[in-house]
Amino acid sequence: MSEQKKLNNVAVDAVFDSVSIATTCQHQLQEYGIIFCSISEASQKYPELIKKYLGSVVSSGDNYFAALNSAVFTDGSFCYIPKDIKCPLELSTYFRINDEEIGQFERTLIIAEENSQVNYLEGCTAPQYDKNQLHAAVVELIAFDNANIKYSTVQNWYAGDKQGNGGIYNFVTKRGICIGDESKISWTQVETGAGITWKYPSCILIGNKSQGNFYSVALTNNYQQADTGSKMVHIGEKTRSRIISKGISSGKSKNTYRGFVKINSKAFDARNYSQCDSLLIGNQSNANTFPYISVQNSTTKIEHEASTSKIGEEQIFYLLQRCISLDKAITLIVSGFCRDIFTKLPLEFAVEADNLLSLKIEGSIG
Amino acid sequence: MNFKDPILEVKNLNASINNNKILRNLNLTINKGEIHAIMGPNGSGKSSFSKIIAGHPAYKVLNGDIYFHGNTILTLEPEERAHLGIFLAFQYPIEIPGVTNEDFLWLAYNSKLKENNKEEIDLLTFLSVIKEKLDIINMSPTFLSRNLNEGFSGGEKKCNEILQMLLLEPELSILDETDSGLDIDALKRISNGINNFMTEDKAIILITHYQRLLDYIKPTYVHVMKEGKIIKTGDFNLVKQLELKGYDWLESN
Repeated sequence: MSEQKKLNNVAVDAVFDSVSIATTCQHQLQEYGIIFCSISEASQKYPELIKKYLGSVVSSGDNYFAALNSAVFTDGSFCYIPKDIKCPLELSTYFRINDEEIGQFERTLIIAEENSQVNYLEGCTAPQYDKNQLHAAVVELIAFDNANIKYSTVQNWYAGDKQGNGGIYNFVTKRGICIGDESKISWTQVETGAGITWKYPSCILIGNKSQGNFYSVALTNNYQQADTGSKMVHIGEKTRSRIISKGISSGKSKNTYRGFVKINSKAFDARNYSQCDSLLIGNQSNANTFPYISVQNSTTKIEHEASTSKIGEEQIFYLLQRCISLDKAITLIVSGFCRDIFTKLPLEFAVEADNLLSLKIEGSIG
Repeated sequence: MNFKDPILEVKNLNASINNNKILRNLNLTINKGEIHAIMGPNGSGKSSFSKIIAGHPAYKVLNGDIYFHGNTILTLEPEERAHLGIFLAFQYPIEIPGVTNEDFLWLAYNSKLKENNKEEIDLLTFLSVIKEKLDIINMSPTFLSRNLNEGFSGGEKKCNEILQMLLLEPELSILDETDSGLDIDALKRISNGINNFMTEDKAIILITHYQRLLDYIKPTYVHVMKEGKIIKTGDFNLVKQLELKGYDWLESN
């Protein structure tokens, strides 16, 4: 309860912030030719862009939930960065589910033209209800030559109560396409909420020397399930991808990394580095890693590292002996474990993510 | 008349780990202003004894008691004992990946302030506090930005333990083989730091295998521990005899 209250404060601030950015800064953004508005507004003002790109990365027939979203989606965010423009602000949208019996189906489309650059932040919260709610979003990113898109998410949907009742089903399709040469897409996510999460932000690396990154922290507690990871499809030459995934499971939760790295036959000199670390808290939680790799080109270099560790009694004892309380000791160890990922987030987001983790872990060891 | 004021009293302590009995009727009293050295062969229970005082959960106290200023501490959690002023410098300090030494020390220091109902301090103020402590033992400030004990050499880890002692200013410090792994210069620096730190209000237990540490830090008493109890107590001269004759000599006596 108290946790939800504290988090509500976090969200209220942020919602406030993002509304003000979206509304008050629109003019400032327009000076640069940047479009940042809702999809519904965009479909009226810029129908040619929407027609051309919406559904071009994730088609309506891609998967069950993408189909559902395509059929019923109501709104979402649209962002267009013109050629040679570095977006001077960080664009952010906070999603919130307020209604009790609802599914949320929003859609995000970001297009970065040649030599452009944008940082996009997404936050999600929802109040607690006993019933399950569905969140089935679709996010599409398109990066042209030498464009750079950074997409960061802090996801804190309601996770259900201690017995696993309620909580949001978070089934999201996120995919970016690096269509231009030397383009770059980075996904960074901090997943702490939702009853069940299935989410695999992916990159299709078509342009030569294009680059895809995926940095993830997923924390599960009580009866939460998180099944997340990334797909990197290498099509162009000298394409590179990097996957760093940190899973933390406590309570009776299940935390799974599921990833797919595919190197096509024409993707000469492609490289992938994957690192999957799992941290277990307590002795009833569960961590799994399923890295799938398919390589059709002999010039490929792929590295995969994985580790699983348990927060050790000795580590805890050491910190307790230094006057640090049990809760703080666990938070400190977990936040150290996630450090590599937090440094990829914009600063304010990193602080918020760190606080969120502390709240989530609070009292997870009895 | 004897006005001695005991900080720590261990009475007939019996303890085990994994059903192996490790302490047998151990008795020890430590007064303010005293430095006690505990020596003894490997596996005699010295390190276990230090962890039992600090409250390590793997050990089970079978009977006997440990008193700190006259009150039993057996029911207290490790961090409660730490707040009372019991500090253990670990023989093998633990590595915590991704956590900077600075963040760790700052959190520890603030936890102590908070427990004493004092206002917690910000990082900048803390840095000036820690700088003073670093200077005492000639440690470089670059230690602060490194991850806690990660990639530290054996000697660096031991210095870092002493830094924590200086910072938390415990009443009773137990130094478990702090001298092992230190080069001669570091040993001198650390010893100086400990000597400066020691006052009439504090007490120190030194667990060591070697005379060289005790050349720098003069113990009030020297105990020899074997098979979970103290078999001999003396003064500094006992150390010299032990260096010459080994522990076997004690048994034949």
